Amino acid sequence: MVSKIERDHARFRDIVKGKIKQNLKHYITQGEMIGRMGKHYVSIPVPHIELPRFRYGLPETGGVSSGDGDVGTPLGPVQEPEEGSGEAGNQPGEHELEIELSFEELAKMLGEELELPNIQPKGSNKIEALKRVYRGVHLVGPRSLVHFKRTYKEALKRQISSGEYDPEDPIVIPNKKDFRYRGWKDIVLPQNNAVIIYMMDVSGSMGDEQKEMVRIESFWIDTWLRSQYRDIETRYIIHDASARQVDRETFFRTKESGGTLISSAYKLCNILIDREFPPDQWNIYPFHFSDGDNWSTEDTRVCVELLKNEILPKSNMFCYGQVVSRYGSGQFIKDLRENFREEENLILSTIENKEAIIGSIKEFLGKGK
Amino acid sequence: MMFGSELTSELQKAKEEIKAYAKAYGLDFFETIFEVIDYKQVNEIAALGGFPTRYPHWRFGMEYDRLSKSYQFGLHKIYEMVINNDPCYAYLMRSNSIVDQKLVMAHVYAHCDFFKCNMYFQKTNRKMIDEMANHATRIRNYMDKYGIEPVEDFIDVCLSIENLIDYQAEKPDNIYRAEDKQEEDDLPPPLRVPKLKSKGYMDKYINPDDFLKQQKQKLEKQREKNKKFPPNPEKDVLLFLQEYAPLHTWQRDVLSIIREESYYFSPQGQTKIMNEGWASYWHSTIMTQKALKDSEIVDFADHHSGTVAMRPGSLNPYKLGLELFRDIEDRWNKGKHGKEWDECNDYRKKEEWDKKHNLGRQKIFEVRRLCNDVTFIDDYLTMEFAERFKLFTFEANDRSGQWEIASREFKDIKNKLLFSLTNFGQPFMSVEDANFKNRTELLLNHRHEGFDLKVSEAIKVMENVYKIWKKTVNVRTVVQGENTILTYDGKEHTQEKY
Repeated sequence: MVSKIERDHARFRDIVKGKIKQNLKHYITQGEMIGRMGKHYVSIPVPHIELPRFRYGLPETGGVSSGDGDVGTPLGPVQEPEEGSGEAGNQPGEHELEIELSFEELAKMLGEELELPNIQPKGSNKIEALKRVYRGVHLVGPRSLVHFKRTYKEALKRQISSGEYDPEDPIVIPNKKDFRYRGWKDIVLPQNNAVIIYMMDVSGSMGDEQKEMVRIESFWIDTWLRSQYRDIETRYIIHDASARQVDRETFFRTKESGGTLISSAYKLCNILIDREFPPDQWNIYPFHFSDGDNWSTEDTRVCVELLKNEILPKSNMFCYGQVVSRYGSGQFIKDLRENFREEENLILSTIENKEAIIGSIKEFLGKGK
Repeated sequence: MMFGSELTSELQKAKEEIKAYAKAYGLDFFETIFEVIDYKQVNEIAALGGFPTRYPHWRFGMEYDRLSKSYQFGLHKIYEMVINNDPCYAYLMRSNSIVDQKLVMAHVYAHCDFFKCNMYFQKTNRKMIDEMANHATRIRNYMDKYGIEPVEDFIDVCLSIENLIDYQAEKPDNIYRAEDKQEEDDLPPPLRVPKLKSKGYMDKYINPDDFLKQQKQKLEKQREKNKKFPPNPEKDVLLFLQEYAPLHTWQRDVLSIIREESYYFSPQGQTKIMNEGWASYWHSTIMTQKALKDSEIVDFADHHSGTVAMRPGSLNPYKLGLELFRDIEDRWNKGKHGKEWDECNDYRKKEEWDKKHNLGRQKIFEVRRLCNDVTFIDDYLTMEFAERFKLFTFEANDRSGQWEIASREFKDIKNKLLFSLTNFGQPFMSVEDANFKNRTELLLNHRHEGFDLKVSEAIKVMENVYKIWKKTVNVRTVVQGENTILTYDGKEHTQEKY
């Protein structure tokens, strides 16, 4: 019978998820769920689902209560209906509902809403890892792998069948033949690890609004890629005229005032890949966000070279998102477009405002790479 | 039915003890079966409105979600649950201390007494547990046959009008038939078709029989059309729709299920203050006078003060009911009522008034039999009580966006309290005309009593009623001082002043 309420509960969750899905675009662009992110769950505020009734507007009617105070004493803001009439006192108020969604569920919704294809991991059978699993029991082996329980059992069996065992004095001593050892096996597992390398321009021309857009977009990219790979690593690089690797917090908070040399970030990215993420073992996703301002055409040329010769061949895809700001010239995306007409690995996207985030996510992730 | 586990021998002993005290005080209850459950089950049963065997519906899941979360955060704890049924079923929380369990038992026996004896409960189904299981089976069958979603959607539709029943109705069933019969009893005078003047032998030719017959039929049709339907406004909107809306058989049945459950729960809504007050009165009486051991008194005081605590700015029905019962008992013990008392203006004399009538106990038993919350407040809330209890009315201040204390006048307090209790503080709606504008449109009337409907929500209800009536739905009401008819024709909403 206990499962009964669980069925109702599941049904309720389905309905709420349906509502979230209906309004997913709103949730994506507002980014309010990012603040409520746990390790495995995002908790999403949804309005209380209420069946409509014929009723009075509460602020109209007021009610009766008790306590001290003169006429005119304020009691609290009208928004909270808890202060209602004779009902109050034993019921908690109607709070906003919070519903927990796992990242998988969220990614599934995102995938369905934006019709994202599943990613085909790069050469998944090429990237292999050995894994040692302990399974099976053997008659020989090193002392360090003695299987105590099985050994004891064997000894007990032997002693009972030979009549040595005395229940009054239950001492069990295994002899050499009783010993059992754990056995292992090396199995080859296709590995599909992925790393996302976020790079962002933090020079003066990137405002808070632009960073907020990057933050929201990166949340959804994380969510999606996390649903596609077993393990996801993320790295963050910020740059102005020089680049450095930072943690997530710093990534979104830092504001510098210097000029912009995009190549500095690309160089660091390349070094990072070479040092930590050999391309034959990792699916690599560099994302770069900037407002499209670069210091010089010379630096842009360096960037193009780096991309062409180093980063692009090593990555699954390289995504460049250009957020529109009042100060940026927006030249960089044009330069890239010019230089990489044929390149499938390079995805370019312009993000004009929060509403454009959805389209941009689709551009980045819509290729299934 | 066995949902939780049986009583331990300790609890069994406690039960017998409390039951004996309750009987000795004159409480009159159905046999009561206690079951012990854990907090998860408490939340589950509470979400299901007390019945472990309800039909499947998502809102029970929503309620469960809410209860479980607020339990986890320590925002609430449900101490007792009791079902109006014969035998009564009540649940005890496994984690409660023995003092708590005794208190809950005393509380429960008083509830059972109230269910059994209060006038407004006399018509409720005392085999409701079986009936609920029955409803669940029927609805599950429909879901198997017609799909979960259509059935669930229709339940949603019905639930949004479940409060449109006639709370004052004597008999929940077939009240409608009575009026039909009356109609038949005093039939209107027979119809007369005007005839052309003619000589006797020519009559057959000048006024041919079949022509007259035709004319008569025509007139009858006309009269039928002019007859208003329903003849009197029907407050039991659910019943009216159940009888006259073009529904599938299964939908009609679902509607009747919702209606029946609504009638079953309505006395509990109508006697909340009294019922809780009565139960609190008896648990404190039984516990303090009989059941408590010296060592248990602190636990008891702690719990008791928890149930009847007043948060500032909110009204606790337990506390209000309890104090009113105590007040009545005191007044009737001392004879502080009647003409002489009312006409006395001497404050000191009133203070020391004691006629030694000692009729208090008898009086409160009478009150619990005859009253509901409305008459309880109307007859027994006195000015002295309101002052002692520091009652006030509050209203919204539009400028500051705050609730404010509006008045401490006794008249205002009583009026507001009665308003919030009458019809559960819900608007009175009735079916006014099922042939509105002569187009079989439905016209519901809202009896405006100074407060407007929440129009944004009302129009959503109208969309739901449309799903049942399948023709244009109108609501006659008052919006910001102007007579208004809200209309929904299946596509769009319109508002018309008249």
